[in-house]
Amino acid sequence: MSAIRVEAINKSFLTYRSEWQRMLSWFGVKPKITSQSDILKDITFSVGKGEAVGLIGQNGAGKSTLLKIITGTMQPTSGSVAIDGRIAALLELGMGFNPDMTGRENVYNSAGLMGLTHPEISGVIGEIEAFAEIGAYFEQPVRVYSSGMQVRLAFAVATAVRPEILIVDEALSVGDAYFQHKSFARIREFREAGTTLLLVSHDRASVISICNRAILLSEGKVRMDGPPEQVLDLYNALVAEKEHQVIEQSKTSDGRTRTRSGTGEASLASVVLRDEQGRETDLIHVGRPTSLEIVARANTDITELVAGYMIKDRLGQVVYGTNTHHLGQSLTGLKTGEEVRFTFRFPANLGYGNYSIAAALHGDENHIDRNYEWQDLAVTFSVVNADHPKFVGLAWVEPELEVSR
Amino acid sequence: MQGLLRSLWDYRFFILSSIKNDFHSRFVRSKLGGFWVILQPLSQVLIYAFILSNLLSSRIQGVEGPYGYAIYLMAGLLAWNLFTEVLDRCMKVFVSNANTMKKVKFPRIALPIIAIGSSIVNNVVLFVLINVIFLALGHAVTPLIGFYFLLVPIVAILAAGTGIALGVINVFVRDIEQVVPIIIQVLFWFTPIVYPANVVPEAYTKILSLSPIYVLVESYHAIFVFGTVPNLAPLAAVTALGLALCGLALFLFRRASADMVDVL
Repeated sequence: MSAIRVEAINKSFLTYRSEWQRMLSWFGVKPKITSQSDILKDITFSVGKGEAVGLIGQNGAGKSTLLKIITGTMQPTSGSVAIDGRIAALLELGMGFNPDMTGRENVYNSAGLMGLTHPEISGVIGEIEAFAEIGAYFEQPVRVYSSGMQVRLAFAVATAVRPEILIVDEALSVGDAYFQHKSFARIREFREAGTTLLLVSHDRASVISICNRAILLSEGKVRMDGPPEQVLDLYNALVAEKEHQVIEQSKTSDGRTRTRSGTGEASLASVVLRDEQGRETDLIHVGRPTSLEIVARANTDITELVAGYMIKDRLGQVVYGTNTHHLGQSLTGLKTGEEVRFTFRFPANLGYGNYSIAAALHGDENHIDRNYEWQDLAVTFSVVNADHPKFVGLAWVEPELEVSR
Repeated sequence: MQGLLRSLWDYRFFILSSIKNDFHSRFVRSKLGGFWVILQPLSQVLIYAFILSNLLSSRIQGVEGPYGYAIYLMAGLLAWNLFTEVLDRCMKVFVSNANTMKKVKFPRIALPIIAIGSSIVNNVVLFVLINVIFLALGHAVTPLIGFYFLLVPIVAILAAGTGIALGVINVFVRDIEQVVPIIIQVLFWFTPIVYPANVVPEAYTKILSLSPIYVLVESYHAIFVFGTVPNLAPLAAVTALGLALCGLALFLFRRASADMVDVL
């Protein structure tokens, strides 16, 4: 049995000639609809118990509407949602606090709104107070709180009792770094205890580090449903999508999905990683000189060409990235058919593990406006540590050790 | 229906604490605190008493003393205030809680229940105070005032049925909350609150007495001013009307609940 089961959900907002006609529709009359906007189109997916799913999509893709339907505050036009377990939704933290009441009184009120009874709240209020860490402010009216303090208190209330299903909206990106850390730790804790998580975020790092699956919504439809890293690659490509741009996804030999996107005005002829002898390689030793060679071909006359790359770790988090614009060498005035070879030389100061490189050609300092070609997983390689002392982590930052006693 | 009651029961703590907070928050930031709950209706009484008592006091039969008119006014306003407060709050409750309804899943019917609950609490405070004033003015307070606790639910049911039905429509057509105060004002002057029923020509009394509020206000007059048992048959009819309106309101509320969040 899955925790969330969304079946063939459609949501349309209807407009009638007047609101009185809408009211007639409650009585079985079918008045003429003057306009209809379809927000969600035939959405189907299910989330298993204990899964952590990231919900990704551009503004207007229908994420909030979908969340409202799953939470149960909004009804779908057609289709059904089945939920197994108690849902806690962190949609807008701190909303609904009464500014004139104290933190404690507000806790009773908000927790009551979540359906907790008075004795239940009394049982957890000590914990809430401790988690929020707002000290003596707890007994003061909320109007004297800073916005950070309100968020802390709201998060503490919303997560006071472990829910079977937790829905987290971008709300969490507020608050200071310390509390963000603390709240993510709590979410992880819930997850280990079996809570199903639905996380809406644009933040690559949080989706990849928490979720084991991601769903990409685009124009009200499920565009992709799969491993977070690959879904985020497609999302990244969609952000830059323009009408004449193609996005293609193909399988690599190791079964991962490679996303290519771009307008095609320039294309990546080859992307090769070479060792210090200049041989093509996919195995690199820690700290050795390495070079990345990107060959670009102009398919039309191009005024400006920037080549860039990003080294990503196994989870898809960016370890390092730069481009020729930032390095002060963007090219201008390319003719049709011209080929350019960019060689980036760097020492492989990376930790042991598997990495991938995404390469891109674009016309500006970033790929948003003029994206000629973007290729994720252009190269994959492993870093091995054969001749240095053992260390952990993604970066090789070797110290010189001095011990005095 | 059963599910509705069940969810209200599950949310009983929330409803009670909201009523408490509502009452409490009225005076946490004001110097005079709880006085404001009663000062407002009291000022109304003073104004009418000051302006109209000379004109009308001789017309109120069955009450002796110089304060007869003031006593008559207070009794009527006690009923009227409860009616309008419940009606007004139920009418606005969905619009003013739009954000909560969009973001949190909870039984929405709790919202008007809280509104009704806090209006009743305010009214009971006023009731106690009015009795104290009556005693101070030397007006006999009879055990008949116990009928007040029968009349309160009848007033509340009538006002809530009307208010919730209008409140649902108000979500879609916001003109409602502009029109209703005008109608309320008209109704106020068509109800014998500041004037005794007997100043109205016989022919019009018949029409006026068809108004359910007329029945309720006259019942208040009976128990507080004249010390008589209210006329029970019309009261039963008003109760039936109130229940029917509540039924209609509930029906509208259920039919509209899917559309409501879309529009808010």
